[in-house]
Amino acid sequence: MSVVNLPLKDGGDVRAHADAAAEQRMFRRPSEWRIFWESFSRDRLAVGAVVLIALVCAASVLAPVVSPYDPTVGDNSLRLAPIGTPGHVLGLDGQGRDILSRLVWGGRVSLAIALLPVAVASVISVFLGLVAGFFGGKVDMLIMRILDVFFAFPAVLLAVAIAGVLGPGMLNVMLSITIVLIPYISRVAYMATVTVKNELFVDQARVSGARPYQILFHHILPNTLSPVIVYGSTLVGIMIVLGAGLSFLGLGITPPRPDWGIMCADGRNFLSVAPHVSAVPGVMLILVAMSFNIVGDGLRDALDPKLRK
Amino acid sequence: MTAAAGALLEVDDLHTHFQLKNKLVRAVNGVSFVVQRGEILGIAGESGAGKSVACLSVLRLVPSPGRIVRGRILLSGQDLLAKSEKQMRELRGQTVSMVFEDPLNSLDPAFTVGDLIGETLILHKSLGKREARHKAADLLRLVGIPDPARRLDNYPHELSGGMQQRVMIAIALSCDPALLIADNPTTALDVTIQIQILALVKQLREQLGMGVLWVTHDLGVVAKLCDRVVIMYAGEVMEQGDVYGVLKRPRHPYTHRLIDALPKLGRPEQRLVPIEGRPPDPAYLPTGCSFAPRCYKAKPECRERAVPLHATANGGAVRCLFPED
Repeated sequence: MSVVNLPLKDGGDVRAHADAAAEQRMFRRPSEWRIFWESFSRDRLAVGAVVLIALVCAASVLAPVVSPYDPTVGDNSLRLAPIGTPGHVLGLDGQGRDILSRLVWGGRVSLAIALLPVAVASVISVFLGLVAGFFGGKVDMLIMRILDVFFAFPAVLLAVAIAGVLGPGMLNVMLSITIVLIPYISRVAYMATVTVKNELFVDQARVSGARPYQILFHHILPNTLSPVIVYGSTLVGIMIVLGAGLSFLGLGITPPRPDWGIMCADGRNFLSVAPHVSAVPGVMLILVAMSFNIVGDGLRDALDPKLRK
Repeated sequence: MTAAAGALLEVDDLHTHFQLKNKLVRAVNGVSFVVQRGEILGIAGESGAGKSVACLSVLRLVPSPGRIVRGRILLSGQDLLAKSEKQMRELRGQTVSMVFEDPLNSLDPAFTVGDLIGETLILHKSLGKREARHKAADLLRLVGIPDPARRLDNYPHELSGGMQQRVMIAIALSCDPALLIADNPTTALDVTIQIQILALVKQLREQLGMGVLWVTHDLGVVAKLCDRVVIMYAGEVMEQGDVYGVLKRPRHPYTHRLIDALPKLGRPEQRLVPIEGRPPDPAYLPTGCSFAPRCYKAKPECRERAVPLHATANGGAVRCLFPED
């Protein structure tokens, strides 16, 4: 028997009675993106942070076009010139290189060092967390205990150690940050999976005859994803700082190529004479790192249907 | 007890046990009942009587470490315990569907109502997205949700408790099941909504001709809704029969005490009589009648050996050596 053809109280087939207007209304629901954006855009601070991140990203990508000078060639006559020097808005560093140009080129490295590892680590971690949390038992033990071993080392120390062993270079720094991140993000994905796994709606799916992989990908994954996205976007900020720290220690990219960490390091000899050499990239680091944190908070609110206003 | 020919669901001597580290919990201990086509069978009893485990056993979804140790479950004559996991999956949600107690937590918060109803349709009936949406709207109308086209885009938390339970029922009905198992579905709702849901289930039973297995600890709901009732205690059937007979003239002392513990309108002077003591730990069931320790009629022979289920004159059955008449 089909429910559709049941004679209902109002008489006759439902579908036959549905008029054109109702038909249209039925398929005009706002897309998920739109609902998300409407909720997110209400958080002014987060929108501002997104704009700032977008500007920095655009400037980095377009570095060859927007950068006014070569970031590696200095003009010795203008060494340590202050902010506002004609032709050099943000001044010059200890070797007479244009700070704005170095900032723009350095952004490429600093952002890539944070964004890529977080993205890659998130994908790996969601997989590990889902598998460990969903299947439990021995699989859970194996995956989570191995990650616990990595947990035992302080993050920065581990990153320094890995980067030290692999040798300096951008790829190696990214690799070490990825490895450092996996246990952290996996924990978040794992916790979310375990929580969601025991929700009644998973039982409901089982009762409806869903297969295990359908339950895993259709019901558990979407509910696990948002804490990971939120945590990940917060981590980007921290990883920019960590990446800068590794460069500062000489484990990052090799000079004379700039990155924000190296720029901070370069300026420390002139802190009393020309503080802007360190301060400008430092402020940049803080601004961008903070922006990612704010975006993370905004995402958390906008991704949870229950927190949407 | 004997199964009538052509019964929809026939559960016979079902034992579901949970093997814990140091003890064996006998949650369901030799339960038998029958649901006829188009019949609403109530299962009533205190918390921990094994009602929910019995239901989950029917779907073969007893959570680990629980296991169906013995018994037979026949659905339209087919042995469910002999089926493969794949065959069971096809059955779940399609031939047998289940509604839980807590509607909000049973609905995945990440999906809209339309998606949630559509999911089962797409899974079992291989409908396209658009068709599934149409059918979902029809189902919402069927369970009495006004303006279904708009409700499809609501998230579960945006609906009231009554609406959520209606959505749950819509999901359960989506593939025209032969049997609907409802585990305490109205407990989370207030009384006025409860009445509406009961009326809805009765009406749907008429329309769709499905059998319903309704688990509850509310005898008022049983009286209002069910055709027949099974009273469970400590994993066993204590008494069963048609609702009128059981509630008007309870044979088993336990049923008697349950009814005495209910407040009744129009008799404010009557004191409620609680049942002394508590149900036995299902890991350490007493020999003999499991209700004997709390029973006002218990005699030494009650505690000696297991009490069998006796048929009564009006087609019911009672597990008592000294039933009321």
